[in-house]
Amino acid sequence: MSDVSSPVAVFRSVARPPAPSAVSNALVFGWRAVLKFRHVPEQLFDLVMTPIMFTLIFTFVFGGALAGSPRDYLQVFLPGILVQTVTFNAVYSGMGLSADLDKGLFDRFRSLPIWSLAPFAGLVVGDVLRHLIAGAIILAIGLLLGYRPEGGLLGVLGGFALLLAIGFGFGWIFIVLGLLVRTPMTVMTIGFTFLFPLVFASNIMVDPATMPGWLAAFVAVNPVSLMTTAIRGLMGGGATLGEVAAGLLAPVVLTAVLAPLTLVLYRRQ
Amino acid sequence: MNMSVPMPVTLDVGSDGGFAVSVRGLAKRFGEVKAVDGIDLDVARGAIFALLGPNGAGKTTLMRMLATLITPDGGKASVMGHDLVAQPHAVRASIAMTGQFASLDDDLTGRENLLMLSRLLGFRGRAARARANDLLAEFDLSDAAGKQVKSYSGGMRRRLDIAASLVVTPDVLFLDEPTTGLDPNARQAVWRMIRAMAAAGVTILLTTQYLEEADQLADRIAVIDHGHKIAEGTSHELKSALGSGCLHVMLADPRRIEDAAAVLQAKLGLAAQAGVADASLSIVTRTAAEANEAVGALIAKGIELAAFSMGSPSLDEVFFALTAQHIGEVRDDV
Repeated sequence: MSDVSSPVAVFRSVARPPAPSAVSNALVFGWRAVLKFRHVPEQLFDLVMTPIMFTLIFTFVFGGALAGSPRDYLQVFLPGILVQTVTFNAVYSGMGLSADLDKGLFDRFRSLPIWSLAPFAGLVVGDVLRHLIAGAIILAIGLLLGYRPEGGLLGVLGGFALLLAIGFGFGWIFIVLGLLVRTPMTVMTIGFTFLFPLVFASNIMVDPATMPGWLAAFVAVNPVSLMTTAIRGLMGGGATLGEVAAGLLAPVVLTAVLAPLTLVLYRRQ
Repeated sequence: MNMSVPMPVTLDVGSDGGFAVSVRGLAKRFGEVKAVDGIDLDVARGAIFALLGPNGAGKTTLMRMLATLITPDGGKASVMGHDLVAQPHAVRASIAMTGQFASLDDDLTGRENLLMLSRLLGFRGRAARARANDLLAEFDLSDAAGKQVKSYSGGMRRRLDIAASLVVTPDVLFLDEPTTGLDPNARQAVWRMIRAMAAAGVTILLTTQYLEEADQLADRIAVIDHGHKIAEGTSHELKSALGSGCLHVMLADPRRIEDAAAVLQAKLGLAAQAGVADASLSIVTRTAAEANEAVGALIAKGIELAAFSMGSPSLDEVFFALTAQHIGEVRDDV
C-alpha cells in the first residue's frame, strides 16, 4: 500500500461471482462457529469442566446418601446432568450473538446481499456442536464411572436426539435475550437467574418425593423434569410415547413462539 | 473467477438522473429526537462525497438508512437506481459499508474474516482463498493474516475493515468516520485507499468530523447539523462562501468584548464566536485582507488586543458560522 496505483488493480479486477444459495450462506456461518471452537478454546473448557465437576461431585458426595451408592445414583443422575448441561450451554449462543451485535459485526452481515437468517443458522450449528461435544464427554465419563444405559445404543441415540431438540428449543430463549440485551455478561446473568430455579427445582438431582408439596407440584410440571424423565426413559429403556411427547413439549413450544419473535426483533433492529 | 474482466463503467443515465445515491426528504426519529429531519442529497457516480458534521448531527443515521440497516420514517431514497425500501436486496447487492465500529470478528484471523465474506458473496474454494490473499496483500496485512483480529492495531483493523468492504467491488461504498481514532500515518494510508477506490470508479459516501478530511478527499461536501443539511458544495465553494481563514483575538480589556463582537460582525457580516479563554473571540474570514481590515477596525475603535492570531477555521468555527448563517436564512424567510 505504499503507492496509490497498486490498490487500483485489486479494485478493478473483481467480477461478482454468482449469488450463493441460502444453504451455502448458512454453511459459511456454521464454519465460523467451528472456527470459534479453535480460536476460543476457553469456551470449550467452560463447557466441559462444569458438567464434569457436577457429575463427579454429585455422584461421589451425594450419591451414596441419595441413592444408596454412587453407582446407583449415577444411573438416575447422568441423563439429568445431560439436560442440565445442554440448557446451561444454550446461554452461550445468546452471549455470542449479543457480543456480535454490540461490536457491529451484524451491521456488516445485514448490509450483505445474503439470506437474512443465515447468521442464526450458524448459531444453531455452533449450538449443536457444543451440545454434542459436551454430551459425549459426560456420557464417556459416566460409562467410566459405571453408568450402564439399559436402553442400549438405540436408547442412547434417541436420548441424544431429544437432547439436541432441547438445546435447540432453549437456544431461542437466549437468542431473543441476545437480540434485546447488548452486553454478553447481562445475557449470562439473566440467563442463569432464570435457569437455576428451573434446573434445581426439578427431578434432575433428587427424587421430588421428599420435597414439600407445593414444590413437588412445581417439579412435576417443570419442563426440565419432563425432559429429564423422557431422556431417562430413552437411555434407561422403557420410555413411553407420552413421556417423550411431554419432554418435547417445551422445546417445540419455545421454537414455535420464539423463532418468529427472533425474526421480528432482528428485522426491526 | 475471471480476474481479467475490468469493472464495467456505467455511463447510462437512468430515471435517477445518473446519481449513485439520490435522497429526498429522508427522515428518521428515535423517540422524540429527529435524528435525520428531511435531508436531500444527490451523489454523482464515481464521486467522493463527504457528510461533515459533529457527533450526533445525524450523519451515521443517514448512512445506516442508506445501507438498509434501519428503515426511514419518511422521504425517499435510491441507491444505484434501486429504491431503498422497496428493493433492499438490490441495494445491498450494490453497496458495501464500513461502519464506525469495526465490523469484524475479533476471534477469527484477518484471513478468516475475508474468507468468510468471500464465501458469503459467492466465491468458492480456491477463488475465495485467492481473493482473501489478494486483499490482504493490497492492504499490507499479509504478515498479520494468520493472527486473530483482536491483536490488530487500530490502523490494521480499519484497513481490514475496508478490505472487507471490497471483497466484491461495490458500486457505492459507505465509510462511516473512516479515520476516527487513527494516528496520522494510518490516516494517510486510509486516505490513499479512498482515493484509489474512487479512481477505480467506486462512488464513495463518507462521514467525517474533520474539516480537513472532507477538504482533502471529497469532490463535494454536505454539512449536516441537527438532522438538517445546512450547506452543500465543493470544498472551494464552501470556503469561498464561508472563508478559509479564522481570526482569533484576545482583548486587553474583557469589558469591551461586546463592542469587539459588534465591530467584527459589522465588518465581516458574520457572528463572532466567544473563545475558550476569557475575553477572546474568533471569527471566520474569507481572505487575509479581510482579517487585516477587521483587526484595523478594532484598533480604530480603541479596542486593544492582548493577542491575535490567524489560522484555519476548525470545524467548530465553520459550524458556528454556518449555523449562524442558517438561522439567519430561516429568519429572512419569515
